[in-house]
Amino acid sequence: MAKILDELLTKTSEWLRGVGPVSDIVMSSRIRLARNLQKLPFATRASEASQTEVLRVVKEGLAKVPSFRSPMVFEMGQLDEVDRQFLVERHLISREHASQPDHRAVAIGQGEVISVMINEEDHLRIQVMQSGLNLRDGWTLVDALDDELSAAIPYAYSTEWGYLTCCLTNAGTGMRASVMVHLPALVLSKQINKVLHAITKLGLTARGLYGEGTEAQGNFFQISNQVSLGRTEEELVENLERILKQIIDQEQSARESLVSNNRLPLEDRVWRAYGILRHAQTITSNETLDLLSAVRLGVDLTLMKGLDRTTVNELLIYSQPAHLQKLQGGRLSAQERDAKRASLIRRRLGAKE
Amino acid sequence: MVCDLCKQKQATVHLTEIVNDQMTELHLCEECANQKGAQVESQFGLSDLLAGLADFGKTSEVEEEVSSKSCANCGMSYNDFRKVGRLGCEECYTTFKRSLATLLKRIHGSPHHLGKSPMRQASSKLSQTKHELAELKRRLERAIEMEEFEDAVHLRDQIRIMEQQELRNKGKKPS
Repeated sequence: MAKILDELLTKTSEWLRGVGPVSDIVMSSRIRLARNLQKLPFATRASEASQTEVLRVVKEGLAKVPSFRSPMVFEMGQLDEVDRQFLVERHLISREHASQPDHRAVAIGQGEVISVMINEEDHLRIQVMQSGLNLRDGWTLVDALDDELSAAIPYAYSTEWGYLTCCLTNAGTGMRASVMVHLPALVLSKQINKVLHAITKLGLTARGLYGEGTEAQGNFFQISNQVSLGRTEEELVENLERILKQIIDQEQSARESLVSNNRLPLEDRVWRAYGILRHAQTITSNETLDLLSAVRLGVDLTLMKGLDRTTVNELLIYSQPAHLQKLQGGRLSAQERDAKRASLIRRRLGAKE
Repeated sequence: MVCDLCKQKQATVHLTEIVNDQMTELHLCEECANQKGAQVESQFGLSDLLAGLADFGKTSEVEEEVSSKSCANCGMSYNDFRKVGRLGCEECYTTFKRSLATLLKRIHGSPHHLGKSPMRQASSKLSQTKHELAELKRRLERAIEMEEFEDAVHLRDQIRIMEQQELRNKGKKPS
């Protein structure tokens, strides 16, 4: 099983490619649907037998879905800790899914665009993740997949409250649309708190790089809808998109003002970051994120040549602990990881010179 | 940010305490936080706050639901729900219908689903749709009577969408 997983290591996830609309600011777009099966208890009250039953029904159902051909299926309990963390770092499963592996599974499609978590907080968490600002596309994809699945699997649903979920915050559409944005100029110009504060008043929420409960590192933020009931999925997507466009505009004008008013300090910052990454012998993941954020800004503003966005995006993920250990092919201590990380970054950046 | 206690490691736990309107913040690394006995909840999210939100007190009309009922299907009591902030099964939604309607409205601003419905239900429940439409229309009339216009607007939209869906389904499947 771990062998199939190793295949992922050699591939670039679709969402990391750094292409698609406004991919200089929007790293990726993701839509997930929470679904539960009829009659079987939710995770809070589930026995081993009922969880096994969920696994069986969902696996059978997935096999009948034409638009999700031959996915890779992993049982969490059969993966070791590093492998599970590896899937978290690639945004294919949640941290919760990794930390309690029993009776849980994930099905991953081609290019890692579609992934379905089984027995997470809800029986099913269906996710579509793509590069750039791609919410409508993502919704079309996940909507079709969900239709096909619902023909094979009986969902818990009421006409009044929609899809019934374990937590009330997901009830209704069961949908969370989220976008990972890189906002270094808004952070540098100290406007970010104003922006983040404003969006919470508009039914949205902002989180860190790895979702709920994580810090915003490297100037990356996940912005998503908080409300899931009382509006159609299309309305929720449009609302997120509309507000996001304004944030993108603000980030863009903050970037322009940095370039025209503070070009030298900005270039200095970007090149110093590059210098450290290119030559460091040992480096922590936090420092790496901050420096890669600066370098990414340099690439986006064409202050640096030769380097491309995909390389920076890949380094963001491959420099994380589980990826380093997968590349190494064995366990590494924190100190060993810092050295391995520095050498990986030196090599990848060196190859582009 | 460096840990306030050991001044060495990265602070990952941020505690905010409000006592007599005085706010104090403490930034700790995970180790120091554990030593300090702070419960490190790795995934503290909105759902955890539900526990507090689900506290209605004893005066409201939902008292009976809150104090005595347990879900016949999964055995969850309202107290259990209040503790974990999560429901036990789909039947809980029926068992605690009244309290949940209030909660859903507080969380989402509206307690009525307007989104999509599963294929299976959509195709096999045409007659049921008619029944539900009638019920919705009754509720709409009641809402207008009670001058609950926000609810009325939602109900109207819901009825419109259901009628459109019905038309579409009829178009697709003439049987």
